Amino acid sequence: MENKPNSACETCGLFNADGLKKLGVKTDDFDFVVALAGNPNTGKSTVFNALTGLRQHTGNWPGKTVLRAEGAFEYNQQKYKLVDLPGTYSLLSTSEDEEVARNFILFGKPTVTVIVADASRLERNLNLVLQILEITNNAVLCLNLIDEAERNNIKIDTRILSKDLGIPVVPTSARFQKGIPELIQTISELANGKIQCKPRRIKNIPKNIENSVQKLSDSLTKEYPNISNSRWIAFRLLEGDTQIIEALKTGNIATNEY
Amino acid sequence: MSTKNIDDIIALSEELRWEIGDDFHDNLAESIYSDASKIVEDAVTKDNNKSKFRLDAKIDKIVTSRIWGFPIMLFILGAVLWLTIIGANYPSSMLAILLLDTIQPMLKSFGANIGFPWWLSGFLFDGVYLAVAWVIAVMLPPMAIFFPLFTLLEDFGYLPRVAFNMDNLFKKSGAHGKQALTMSMGFGCNAAGVVATRIIDSPRERLIAIITNNFSLCNGRWPTQILLATIFIGAVVPASYSSLASLTAVISIAVLGIAFMFFFSWALSKTVLKGEVSTFNLELPPYRPPVFWKTIYTSLIDRTLIVLWRAIVFAAPAGAVIWLISNIYLGDESIASWLIGSFDGFGFLIGLNGVILLAYIVAIPANEIVIPTILMLTVMVTGVAGGVGDGVMFELDSVSATADILRSGGWTLLTAVNVMLFSLLHNPCSTTIYTIYKETNSVKWTVVASILPVIAGFIVTFLVAQIWRIFV
Repeated sequence: MENKPNSACETCGLFNADGLKKLGVKTDDFDFVVALAGNPNTGKSTVFNALTGLRQHTGNWPGKTVLRAEGAFEYNQQKYKLVDLPGTYSLLSTSEDEEVARNFILFGKPTVTVIVADASRLERNLNLVLQILEITNNAVLCLNLIDEAERNNIKIDTRILSKDLGIPVVPTSARFQKGIPELIQTISELANGKIQCKPRRIKNIPKNIENSVQKLSDSLTKEYPNISNSRWIAFRLLEGDTQIIEALKTGNIATNEY
Repeated sequence: MSTKNIDDIIALSEELRWEIGDDFHDNLAESIYSDASKIVEDAVTKDNNKSKFRLDAKIDKIVTSRIWGFPIMLFILGAVLWLTIIGANYPSSMLAILLLDTIQPMLKSFGANIGFPWWLSGFLFDGVYLAVAWVIAVMLPPMAIFFPLFTLLEDFGYLPRVAFNMDNLFKKSGAHGKQALTMSMGFGCNAAGVVATRIIDSPRERLIAIITNNFSLCNGRWPTQILLATIFIGAVVPASYSSLASLTAVISIAVLGIAFMFFFSWALSKTVLKGEVSTFNLELPPYRPPVFWKTIYTSLIDRTLIVLWRAIVFAAPAGAVIWLISNIYLGDESIASWLIGSFDGFGFLIGLNGVILLAYIVAIPANEIVIPTILMLTVMVTGVAGGVGDGVMFELDSVSATADILRSGGWTLLTAVNVMLFSLLHNPCSTTIYTIYKETNSVKWTVVASILPVIAGFIVTFLVAQIWRIFV
C-alpha cells in the first residue's frame, strides 16, 4: 500500500508540492501556530511526523505522547509551527495530560487546530471534537485511519459531516501518507482566512443550564469583547474550574500573550 | 478591564452553579453524547459485515484469556530475547576484532610515531578510546536487535493487552492498572517510563509507578544480563542447552524484577502511600500490521543510535576516570586499587567484589558502561591478560575472551548470578534520578526511589551469597 504512487491531488495544481518544506525542529519565526489534538491512539504523532518530517516516536497504544512535541513546516512561503498535544478523551476533567492539551488550545491560541479523529470510531471521537469546537473557531477535522474504516466497511460522508460540524473535514491515512497534501492545503486556507468556519456548538442542553450559560457568556463578552469561546468559559465557571477562574483574574484568557 | 467586573462574573457563576445543581457535569456530557450520535447517524453508514473486528476480538480472546494470557506474554518475551542472544554473538565478536584488535594497536603505534608521551597515549587510547570501543562492541549488537523487535510489538498493538492481562495484579497490589504501560516503557528506558507515568491521574498511584519503575530492566541492563547469562549460566549446562539456559536465566531476572515491582507497589500502598485504587478505561486498540521496514529503520535510528550515543558520551569520560584512578598513585598504590581494596570486604559479603562495586559507582551516569568498566578495572588493576604497559590489554575478540578476563578477576558462578541480581536491583542511572526529581518535585521521593532498590539489592545479594556458600 505504501508503494502506491502519490495521490491524484499531488499532480493537480491545487497542491503545490514544491511549496512544502519540512522544517523539522526549526520552529522560530513562524507565521502561524497549528495545534494537533485528538483522542488517544488516533495517529496524531503520525500526522505530526508526516507534516514536519520529524520522527517523533509513534506506537500503537493510548497515552504514548505525554509531553507536547513541537515541529515546523513551510508551505507557500509561510511558516507553520506545529504542536503535537497528548491525546485526551475529553477536556472536562483534569488529569495532567488532559490539562496540557486543554491549556494549549485555550491559552496557546493556535491559529488552526487540527482535530485528529479515528474514522472507524467516529462517534466516540466526536465527544472531544464537539468540546474543542466550543473553544476554538478555526479547526479542521482530520479523519485519520480512513483505510481502517474502509476495511471495516464503514462509510463516512465527509460533506455531510463537514456541514454538521461547520468545519472542513479531510480524510487521511497518515501511516501511508494519504490525504496529507489535502490536509496541508486546508490548514493553509484556514490560516489565511480563505475558509471560514462556523463550528457547531453543543445542542440539546437542558433549558436551565442553557439559560445560565447564556447569562454568564453575555457578561463575559461584555467584559472581553474579543473572546470567541465565552460559552466554553461559562461551562468551566459553572463547573468551578479553579484554573479558569485564575486565568480570568490574571487576564490570561483575554490577552493574546502567545 | 476592571477586577471588580471579573469578581462580579465569578460571583455570578457561583450563584448560577448553586441554581443548576449537581447534575451539571452529567447533563453537559449527555448533551455532547446525544449530539455526537445524531451527527454519526447523518454522516456514517456501516455495513453490518464486520469481519475484521471479529478477527481482532478472536485474537484478543486468546491473548487476554485467563489461561493463555501469561504464557503467551512469557513466550513473546522469550522469543524476543532468544533472537537477541543468538543474533548478537557474531556482530559482537566482529566489532571487537575491528575496534579492539585492529584499530586500538593502530592508534597506539600512531601515538608512538608522532611522539605522544606515555601518559597522553595511555589517557587517550587506553582510557577514553578503549571505554568507547568496549561500549560499542558489547552494547550495539544486542540493542540493534532488541529495540526493533520491541518496537514492532508496540506498533502491532500488544502493549495494551499486557496492561489488560496484568490489571488485576496491579489492583491487588494497590496500584493503577496503567502502571503496566509505564512498566513496559521502563523495559526500554526508565527515564522514559517515569515521564510516561503522567498518564496516571492519581498522585498516589503515580508516585508508586515512579518509585517502582526502576524494577523494569532497562536497555542499559539487558545486555549485561544477556552477556553474563551467556558466559556463566550457559557454561554450566551441556553446550546444546546453553542458549536455552541463558535465556531462562535472563527471563527469570526480568520476571523477578516484575515480582519486586509488585511487592514494592503493594508495600508502599499499604504503608506510606495508602489510598483507594482508582478505576479507569483502557482502550484496546485494533491490531495494526506494523509498517515493517519503516519501523525497523526508525527504531534503529531513534532508539538504538540515540541510546548508543548516550552510552558513548558517558563512556568516554568514564574511561578517562578509570585510566586516571588506575594510574595516579598514592604511595605505592593506585587510587583504583586502594578503592577496590577497601570495597573488597563488603563486596565479598554480598557475593560481589571491590571491582564490581567501584564499577557501579563509576557507572552511575549510565548502566550501559557497567560491564566495560568492570573489564577495564579488572584488566588495569589486577593486571590480568596479555597487555602491554600498565595492565592494559587489547585482546577481547569474543565472548569467551570476556569470560577469561572475568574469571581471572576471580569471578565464579555466584559472582555472575549476584551481578545479574545487583544489575536488576540497584540505584537508577543519574538521568532517571534527575527525571524523577523533575516529575515529583520532591527531594524526599527522589531519594526514596534511588535508595530503595539499592537496599533491596544488598539484601538479596547478601542472602544469596550466604545460602550459596552453605550449600555449594
